[in-house]
Amino acid sequence: MSFGILEFLKSLIDLTVFDYMRGVWGDQRFVEPVLDLIGALVVSTFCLLIVIFLIWLERKVIARMQDRIGPNRVGGKFGLLQTVADVLKLLSKEMITPAAADWWPYNLAPLLIVIASLLMWAVLPFAPGVLGVDLNIGLFYVLAVSSISVVSLLLAGWGSNNKYALLGAYRSIAQLVSYEVPMILSLLVPILLASSMSTIDIINAQTVPFILVVPISALIFFISALAETGRTPFDLLEADSEIVAGFHIEYGGMKFGMFFLAEFIGTLFMSGLFATVYLGGYRLFGLEEFVTGGGWALGRLLGLVVFFIKMFAVYFVFIWVRGTLPRFRIDQMLNFNWKFLVPLTLALVLMVAVVEKLPFMASLGDVSRAGVHLFANLLLGLVTLEILRRFARKQRMAQEEKLAARAAVNSGSEPGNLAPEAVAAH
Amino acid sequence: MDPTIDQIIFLIVSILTLGAGFVVVTNRNLLYSALAMMASFLGVAAIYVLLDAGFLAAAQLLVYIGAISILVIFAIMMTRRLMQSTETSFNAQWGMGIFTALVVFGLFVAVIGNFWPLAPAAGQPLASGTAVPDGMLQDSIAALGRAFVSVDAFVIPFELASVMLLAAMVGAILVAWPKAEDEV
Repeated sequence: MSFGILEFLKSLIDLTVFDYMRGVWGDQRFVEPVLDLIGALVVSTFCLLIVIFLIWLERKVIARMQDRIGPNRVGGKFGLLQTVADVLKLLSKEMITPAAADWWPYNLAPLLIVIASLLMWAVLPFAPGVLGVDLNIGLFYVLAVSSISVVSLLLAGWGSNNKYALLGAYRSIAQLVSYEVPMILSLLVPILLASSMSTIDIINAQTVPFILVVPISALIFFISALAETGRTPFDLLEADSEIVAGFHIEYGGMKFGMFFLAEFIGTLFMSGLFATVYLGGYRLFGLEEFVTGGGWALGRLLGLVVFFIKMFAVYFVFIWVRGTLPRFRIDQMLNFNWKFLVPLTLALVLMVAVVEKLPFMASLGDVSRAGVHLFANLLLGLVTLEILRRFARKQRMAQEEKLAARAAVNSGSEPGNLAPEAVAAH
Repeated sequence: MDPTIDQIIFLIVSILTLGAGFVVVTNRNLLYSALAMMASFLGVAAIYVLLDAGFLAAAQLLVYIGAISILVIFAIMMTRRLMQSTETSFNAQWGMGIFTALVVFGLFVAVIGNFWPLAPAAGQPLASGTAVPDGMLQDSIAALGRAFVSVDAFVIPFELASVMLLAAMVGAILVAWPKAEDEV
């Protein structure tokens, strides 16, 4: 097959350009490595560039939520070029390494964290047949790669040689390592349902999107994704008011920008992962497999659009949460994780595994099985809420008793028979 | 003979892994040693990838780099005054260390060379690219999972390991449990 510019453009449009290039180049040794390299370049560049848009979107949406206008000067009425200007400013700043910093860890950290957040995109399917690589350990690969970011936080905190940076790094690591546990466990549920860790298999298994099958798992994953990416209400990594920006306090210019970049790439990736694992990825009632009579695989393009809509819908929720919720305290955050999320997720995994293997499940169709799972999930949710309610009630009673006792002591003479008004007055 | 791309990558990765390992034992700054150890682990993970053992590679990344190295670095940070001092990289046991390393290396060569001879004898072509059947490679994760829980494979070691981990966890909680008089 020889190269034709028209066919090339057509394959670009229906996203089969790699298959086309394989056909053109034939069976040569350099083909696959070169195509891999091009693919990696395209995906990385896309991630780096879309961050410019994401930051603008975030500022604009939060501004609207808080009844402000947001960026509105640079680049027309909507401030579209504001972030471009910001990026140019960051890029043109001097690259400073503080005199007391440890050179290697200090400069390695921003690189590593961006590399880690870019590597994760390799297994995310954008459209049917359009993904980096379909690993049979897909989700496990994501979790493994994301653990590199812990290392880079530690390096940043230590290399800066600053006590606030180190404190911030310790906090971040406590948070990341803790919330990795419910994240892994909640991802086990879709893995169980699809009986595969590959992202493609998980999408194929979603006749009914998993958010309708196991909503609790989706909720837990979303919460731990918030924590893993360090966004509000889990943004004590950089809690400006307490530890003055945390681990990246000593960074400036583009080195600081790299941490920022990694956070946004990571958040978008988590949105994409949520869309893939719980919302059915690029699926839209089978339309994504549509091919026209002329051989145009327009379904692929449609799948791409569908995936992006789902991904940005989830991303919007991320922004929404950021625009509306206050920050946790560090002890609340860790207690919430270890005493609530982890036990709940363990119970959930156990329950889904048992329900999936119930004797009558094998004879049911996809939709009715989904219904059974949904019912079990809602049951678990109700039980959890009831336990929480009782616990909160017990705590409130104890608190009230304590207050009443204190009021009785303060009022002096007759601790035994206080009038209710006296208690209320205190 | 032309080296294949796999062989070139293997060479680069091996050199990096061994170089990082060398830095681990020779560097006088403990933190740098720990970082080099991470690089070395990463190299080993890359070799697993080259051997088509993706699961093992990801586990290596998650466990050794994400957990054990972090633990090591925490231990170093909390027990030493790193920025000020450097350590000597040799102690009284260096001779014994070299001896042990050589013995283990010899054992590896002897065992692999005798029982699992991958490399063909001189002049012979390589019979199979991999040590396991191709069918098993395709389905390696599922096979691994089944082997962990099937009665005629590794269910007992697997369960024993999980009981041991549980015991360690209970022990850790017990150690961290506040004593009765500490209660506020």
